[in-house]
Amino acid sequence: MSQTLSVEGAAPPARPTTPAPRRRNAPGGVARARQRFGWLFVAPFLVVFVTFLIVPLVYAFWMSLHTKTLALGERFTGFDNYAQAFSDPQFLQGVGFVIRFSLVLIPVQMLVSLAVALVLDALTDRLAKFARLMIFVPYAIPVVIGAMMWGFLYSPRFGPMADIFGLVGLDAPVMLSPDNVFAGLLNVVTWQWAGYYMIIIYAALRGIDPSIYEAARIDGATNTQIALRIKVPMISSALVLILVFALIGTLQFFTEPQILRSVAAGSIDAAFTPNLYAFTLAFSYSQFNYASAISFALGVVVFAGSYLFLFLTRKKSGLS
Amino acid sequence: MRSIRGQRRRRWLAAGIGAAVAVTGLTACSGGGGTTEGAEGAEGGETAEGDASGGGEAGCTNQIKVPDAEQVTVWAWYPAFESVVDLFNESHEDIQICWSNAGQGNDEYTKFSTTIEAGSGAPDVIMLETEVLPSFIIRDALVDLNEYGADEVKDNYSEGVWEDHSAQGGVYAIPVDGGPMGMLYREDLFQAAGITAPPTTWDEFAAAAQQLKDSGSEAVMADFPTNGRAFLQALFAQAGSEPYVFDPDNPTEVEINLDDEGTKKVVDYWFDLVDKGLVGTDDAFTTDYNTKLVDGSYATYLAAAWGPGYLSGLEGADPDAVWRAAPLPQWDAADPVQVNWGGSAFAVTSQSDNPEAAAVVAKEIFGTEEAWKIGIEEGALFPLWLPILESDYFRDLEYPFFGGQKINQDVFMEAAAGYEGFTFSPFQNFAYDKLTEQMFAALQGEKEPEQAVDDLHQQVVDYATSQGFTVN
Repeated sequence: MSQTLSVEGAAPPARPTTPAPRRRNAPGGVARARQRFGWLFVAPFLVVFVTFLIVPLVYAFWMSLHTKTLALGERFTGFDNYAQAFSDPQFLQGVGFVIRFSLVLIPVQMLVSLAVALVLDALTDRLAKFARLMIFVPYAIPVVIGAMMWGFLYSPRFGPMADIFGLVGLDAPVMLSPDNVFAGLLNVVTWQWAGYYMIIIYAALRGIDPSIYEAARIDGATNTQIALRIKVPMISSALVLILVFALIGTLQFFTEPQILRSVAAGSIDAAFTPNLYAFTLAFSYSQFNYASAISFALGVVVFAGSYLFLFLTRKKSGLS
Repeated sequence: MRSIRGQRRRRWLAAGIGAAVAVTGLTACSGGGGTTEGAEGAEGGETAEGDASGGGEAGCTNQIKVPDAEQVTVWAWYPAFESVVDLFNESHEDIQICWSNAGQGNDEYTKFSTTIEAGSGAPDVIMLETEVLPSFIIRDALVDLNEYGADEVKDNYSEGVWEDHSAQGGVYAIPVDGGPMGMLYREDLFQAAGITAPPTTWDEFAAAAQQLKDSGSEAVMADFPTNGRAFLQALFAQAGSEPYVFDPDNPTEVEINLDDEGTKKVVDYWFDLVDKGLVGTDDAFTTDYNTKLVDGSYATYLAAAWGPGYLSGLEGADPDAVWRAAPLPQWDAADPVQVNWGGSAFAVTSQSDNPEAAAVVAKEIFGTEEAWKIGIEEGALFPLWLPILESDYFRDLEYPFFGGQKINQDVFMEAAAGYEGFTFSPFQNFAYDKLTEQMFAALQGEKEPEQAVDDLHQQVVDYATSQGFTVN
């Protein structure tokens, strides 16, 4: 899903809209035969899709309708688990956290990646190529390794923080203390993903016809005006796309807190994010049924969030 | 001109995007930034299954010596365990162990828990810490070994130890190693601060801590980790805390007393030391903590019998360190209470196709002197197998790390002999997680330590109730 979307978002103008298929004119028999062949071609993907996504989803949903306790065994309880989930303070606290986190993270990430992409688009020398690669590199590092690395960089004993702050005579902040963990994680995620979003925006920028810039320049537009008044509006669909990516990714925040938990058990508790909570419930407390319900409840939140967002931006996104 | 250049660049870029998309596809699973199906990772078990190389037909870490023999899969994380496995395989014609390390502690339990839920994938024999046995017995995940001749080896273990591994009239695991507690201390740091003898009571311990600080030493007396889990539980137990009454014969009833006087006394004692700056509060088992253990940041390490092995394996040690072992300080020197931290056993899982062969492995793998010599000398394990525990060899063993001190004789054998057993809950992992949260909240000054203990009690009671237990 992400593949097709990113290609669409990367070069929207280059893609001519295909006329709606004129089914009425085609003889019914041929269309049906074609459809059959279509299914044949889709089949390999479909088998994988059904086996590894649809079936587990249905099974998880079935599980979420049951309750299994340590003492009493399993029984059907309908939507009780969902009622419990949406009144579970730990789940709600996690949801609150990821929402607050998205509200800060997404603008920061977008501004960073947009600014970098605009600068790189304006430059054409070798340095720009090199910079583009270096900014993208963090994305090529597996998230788990990135998180572990930052765990070390944040370490008061091994990390460089104490030395850096020592130069100006300050005490280094403990980045994973309860007060700073928000900022600490914000930094890790931005570092990891800004390069990826930058590439998407950059690709969209390269898709703009340069003659538009020439026209703007003849009309007396400055570089800043070209960037803000022409480039940004023309890539708005790419911006919406990365916003949706970032929103979904952040609401499902899991890997970084899971890794950093081992060095900051106090700041990052078992219900720090909803996904972490579902993981802990299932694998540490063996509450698989309730964990399924939490996962679906999170799915509802993610769906509602993304849908609302796409609805609000339907004019800009081109995805309506 | 410009447009041609632009074209070329666009083509180049398209290739770049193609590569980027390929990377996205590859990393989608690990990225956590993928699509909504990531939310189902929790039940799909992708994390657990991804590296659970141990289960079923997967390859063994060790070499199989007799290819035609019955193979028994084993999950365990003992140090130097491969030599023990080889020893077993060389001495058995009909049964061969296929061993793999499925992770330490919780990592392994997570995988085991998943296989129980899935109904397949568990090994035949699994290493479990004694504290999690009730959690797995109540899920019918383990086999009663009385049906497979556990009686034959019963006399090789002390009564209290055997009792810790029994429930419902059955025996659910064969004991391997124990964790009687003692105090490892830096004699050089003590002497530099003018502390002539190691403290024997907690009052002396606090006084020594003060003396250490007053002497201007850079070290603090010890660490009080809020994520100490079993370590904290052991300290509470030493002051008389018996948090759970749980009888697997009556598995829907549980008694919870996490807010008893003993626990509060210990918590008040340690938070007092924390307030005075006499002890550290680093999280346990992090890289920072490991380094601080050996680089002279802490003057003592309150440890189980496996602690010396842990300590001598750490990096960044102070080369001039002089380590010695002493008994754990007591609340009442006249009435010493010995406690246990950790210790493990081998259980046979209900998923085993051949529980008979699996039981043979559980009973015999650590049932020889040769195996134990490897376990003790290379793995630093503390044996519960009486033939070696009571041997002259073990009593007189000199430990170079402690300057040749006979630490078993001086400290740990007595501690093991005085240990009277402990009852864990069938939801121990939850209780430990909440303990960590509450201790951390108290450390942050969000609440008084005693209030944290009360809140912990309430949380665990609520949880037990929600799990269908009748809480007394």
